[in-house]
Amino acid sequence: MGVYRFEGGDTVKNLFVSGHRACAGCGMAIAVKLILEAAGEDVIVVSPTGCLEIVSSPYPETSWRVPWIHSLFENAASVASGIEAGLKALGRKHEAKVLAIAGDGATADIGMGPLSGMFERGHDITYICYDNEAYMNTGVQRSSMTPPGASATTSPAGKVSFGEIHPKKDLASIAVAHGVGYVATASVGYGLDLMRKVRRAIDHDGPSFIHLHTSCCTGWRHPSSKTIEISRLAVLTGLWPLYEVVDGEITDVKRLPKRLPVEDYLKTQGRFSHLFRMEGGEEIIRRIQAIADANAERFGLDLEG
Amino acid sequence: MEVVEGSYAVAHAVKCCRPHVISAYPITPQTHIVENLAQFVADGELECEFVPVDSEHSAMSVALGASAVGARAYSASTSQGLALMWEVLYNVSGMRLPVVMTAVNRALSAPLSIWNDQQDTVGARDSGWIQIYVEDIQEAHDALIQAYRIAESREVMLPAMICMDGFILTHTYEPVVLAEQEETDDFLPPYDPEYYLTVERPLSFGCFAEPDKFMEFRYMQHEAMERARFKIKEVADEFERAFGRYYGDLIQGYNLDGAQIVLVTFGSIIGTMKEIVKHEKDVGILKIRSYRPFPVKEVREALKDARVVAVVEKDFSAGFEGALFSDVKAALYNHVSDLKLLGFVLGLGGRDIPPEDISKIIERSRVVMDQGLKEEWEFIGLRGEIL
Repeated sequence: MGVYRFEGGDTVKNLFVSGHRACAGCGMAIAVKLILEAAGEDVIVVSPTGCLEIVSSPYPETSWRVPWIHSLFENAASVASGIEAGLKALGRKHEAKVLAIAGDGATADIGMGPLSGMFERGHDITYICYDNEAYMNTGVQRSSMTPPGASATTSPAGKVSFGEIHPKKDLASIAVAHGVGYVATASVGYGLDLMRKVRRAIDHDGPSFIHLHTSCCTGWRHPSSKTIEISRLAVLTGLWPLYEVVDGEITDVKRLPKRLPVEDYLKTQGRFSHLFRMEGGEEIIRRIQAIADANAERFGLDLEG
Repeated sequence: MEVVEGSYAVAHAVKCCRPHVISAYPITPQTHIVENLAQFVADGELECEFVPVDSEHSAMSVALGASAVGARAYSASTSQGLALMWEVLYNVSGMRLPVVMTAVNRALSAPLSIWNDQQDTVGARDSGWIQIYVEDIQEAHDALIQAYRIAESREVMLPAMICMDGFILTHTYEPVVLAEQEETDDFLPPYDPEYYLTVERPLSFGCFAEPDKFMEFRYMQHEAMERARFKIKEVADEFERAFGRYYGDLIQGYNLDGAQIVLVTFGSIIGTMKEIVKHEKDVGILKIRSYRPFPVKEVREALKDARVVAVVEKDFSAGFEGALFSDVKAALYNHVSDLKLLGFVLGLGGRDIPPEDISKIIERSRVVMDQGLKEEWEFIGLRGEIL
């Protein structure tokens, strides 16, 4: 088990250990390592079917140094609910916090009902959706979280298509609408911010939700060395605003001294490359810029108007 | 002895088993069971986490999570609900979690029907769950207590469903001996799993298996089912000693001595059959109590002296025949000769099964005994004017 020094001089155990089968440069794998560093050893983790589960648990091997369970694709929130209820009933609530780490398809599509139920019933669970914006495990099919203008294998760019056309679901707002007390967005590009939010979410009593942007170099088509840089560009262009919502109030927004144009983000990835080649692509880019502008307006991203 | 509704009797048995987590989604005719349980919790008679979920899929998923963390878990469902949790059924048994559920038997849509048949649980036959079919309310109550003993024993570690006919057993009132808490505690020890989710010993549950390992997991499930045969018998005997009631082990025979015709079936229809058979000196009944594990040797032994066997069931596989009929034939093949087998499907979607239907089946069996086999299986009670 790896042990290394963390900011402030504390030693931190690596709880998501090397040897997993994630692609080089996988944003999710980096994020999960940071999440567990922040969470510590006293957690029980639930992962639905997806990249995370597949890369970390080929029997008889495991990357998990904390108790971990995978059941099915759509039921992470329900399994987590059962674990939390079981701990309560057994008088072991103090033993561990329950943490679900699930992809965007498992969360926003097939697992939406169970997640809503988990929120509504008020279970003390931290649910983190790592959003890499498509069904990466099955081969980059579009999900409801695939952003407009991206080419995915079931929303491909073609002679008469610019790829995905629908906007992403606003998962954080869905959580807030359930009355979830702690909601945050995060990015693998901002590790310390992510870790701080994970700690807050876990310390929060009742359900909490983190919508975490994690680049997928395979699906987004960028070099594996660019994961952090590209994840940061999503934030710096205003396409992925970082904020917290505590008890329904936006409390913390990462403001941008100088917001970058969305092209700076889009041009780094193969999934958007058609926008720069196809006639009419500039109109799609203009619409994507409008999304960033609306985010800037809504969250007050720009330090100087 | 008290006169109670079937659903109340089941809920009472569940309460006596002290489950830590109950998770369910309402669906007719399972509702009264979970309503009673919720009331027990509301009245402080039962200390547990009652999790009212968003779907049956979630109901079984919550039970799965609870069981994995070392809690005793219960759920109840029927028909569409059982179908919706189908995926989780396989997952629970594959992970060897001893969840117990009451599966109320109801037809599957379409056409929509809230009424009884057994298509739903027969459809879940291959899900790796122990399936026990009960004949009356007392057995539904008692089998539930037995189920936890069987499912949670270290040599079994498989989930179990107690299958009871919807409305016929859930919504009727019968005199029932309700279990005492103390005698249940004596009979059923607390759940003590060897493996469970805990930070004291971090384990990974639900890993995936490559083709070079998957089959062994399935085979081990099968071995556990084989051990469950003995466990079901052992627990039935111990239950009799503790509570004074007995329903057979994997099977139960009625009037089998000297019977030339044997009716084979499961569920509440046996009550109607007994009324008819008691007037017929050469007709017996073989109740299949445990459908999985299937009582292969017991069926062979029980039917070896019969001349005609009529398998009667409230389910069928479109394009073939009733599932129980197929299974009984398969168990006998190569082992019993000179035996004619007939299959009858009846009572689908709550169609009433009057005593005359049973008499008709016995008549058909007599004709086969005298004249040989013509039609191997048929529907009983079809209304020609609707076809």
